[in-house]
Amino acid sequence: MSHSAASISELLSPRAGIALAALLVASLVVAQIPPAAPKLSVLELLWKWTPLLAEGFVFNLLISFCAMAVGTVAGVLMGFARISLHAPVRGTSWVVVQFFRNAPWLVLLFFVMFLMPFEVRVRGATIPFPDWVKATLGLALPIMANVAEILRGAVQSIPTAQWEAARSLAFSRRQTLWKIILPQCVKRMLPPWMNWYAILTMATTLASIVGVSEVMTITNRITNAEGRTDLLIPIYLYVLLAFFVYCYPIARWTRRLEARYAER
Amino acid sequence: MDDVAAWFLWLYKTTGIKLTIFYDPYDRNRFVVGFFTTLKLSAYCLVLSVVLGAFAAWLAGSRVAAVRRVVDGFVQLFRNTPPLVQLYFFYFAVGPVLPKVDGAPILGSFGWAVVSLTLLETAFAAEIFRAGIEAVPRATIEAAQALGYSRAQIYRKVVLPLAIRVTMPAMNNNLVNLVKTTTLAYAIAVPELVYMSAQVWSEQVNVPEMMVVLLICYVAIVGIINQLMQWLEARLRVPGFGQ
Repeated sequence: MSHSAASISELLSPRAGIALAALLVASLVVAQIPPAAPKLSVLELLWKWTPLLAEGFVFNLLISFCAMAVGTVAGVLMGFARISLHAPVRGTSWVVVQFFRNAPWLVLLFFVMFLMPFEVRVRGATIPFPDWVKATLGLALPIMANVAEILRGAVQSIPTAQWEAARSLAFSRRQTLWKIILPQCVKRMLPPWMNWYAILTMATTLASIVGVSEVMTITNRITNAEGRTDLLIPIYLYVLLAFFVYCYPIARWTRRLEARYAER
Repeated sequence: MDDVAAWFLWLYKTTGIKLTIFYDPYDRNRFVVGFFTTLKLSAYCLVLSVVLGAFAAWLAGSRVAAVRRVVDGFVQLFRNTPPLVQLYFFYFAVGPVLPKVDGAPILGSFGWAVVSLTLLETAFAAEIFRAGIEAVPRATIEAAQALGYSRAQIYRKVVLPLAIRVTMPAMNNNLVNLVKTTTLAYAIAVPELVYMSAQVWSEQVNVPEMMVVLLICYVAIVGIINQLMQWLEARLRVPGFGQ
């Protein structure tokens, strides 16, 4: 087409966030029109609940950090199993990865919530598993499977000639992997890994469905407590905006890294 | 059918594995309804999002900067906010504001799930189509222009048919994601597969069994989609284009 589509930098503009903020302000203005005398305005209500909402949002972020850490460590191990020379290990890990990649996140979350004990006794010591820890593990499962695929894909993207060259220099498989292949993989794995982190952060709201008191649960409680219909649209937009402000820069940064690595 | 039911009843009596959906007509009915609601929800969202996504991708190539910006803003908004919050926003915040028809809301929970998931998937489809459109060789478009095709004609008859073929693998991925995302409708009580299964397991107290059935169902649906898309990809293949 003569007038080609927007370039990447143009495509990833912060306009969407501005639009969302504008929508929030507009909804506030509309909600302000009937100023019932004794009641707080919607803006004041949002301000009043902001500390609580922020607390909930920080909890979401905490869950996302923990789930990403667990999922990445498990995923890297699983990724090594995927590229193992031992066929049964490779086959088993393939089944596990396919399973956790194709199962819906919510179902996995239910799976962990219901089937994991709420505490474990190890030699008399009781290790409790509160709901949020279980939710974190449930969210870490799909991350594990996807990180494993990212690792496998990155290892496969390295030219075979490098393996052969390393072999001719008498490197063992382990040495080749650790000293030659993996250092190059880290760079290639970073953009998709960041992309999955953004997806995970947005998925932490699922924890509200299984009873974890994160930002969505708190929002629903606030709307129930206030019982104000004019608060509904502004408060949900407010939560959407919070996630957008956090996730959008990650998406933008991911795109930039991708573009930079693609050039080389 | 009776044999299957008898076998599962026997299984329950001998091992305690309680799969009521195979021998209890009421539970079976609930499960079947859930299964078809999931398929229906996925199908509606798929068709709508492919059509709207193709349209949005076309708008993204518009000569008017304002149009491009609106499309871009829409795509970024829906891609960078949690789908569950979007669903809640539509169902709990936008739904009650809309005027009612004969005392009943315009859209029920199923309707809002279709709206919310369609918009989300449209944002993804638009990006995929745009990538596909960019992959169409310029020379092909110039050839069409030389033959006197209008912009809309070129898009419909030259660019889109080629772009669709390039985007097949990405669309497959997107479709799988869509089916997985329909589980969110559980949160607004759409009677889809997870919701109906939850009804069964909360009454029969057979969470592990239902959980396994549920996971098998989704993995099976995804497997079937993958097979169908591969078949479609092979059918639509144009020699000398793509891989």
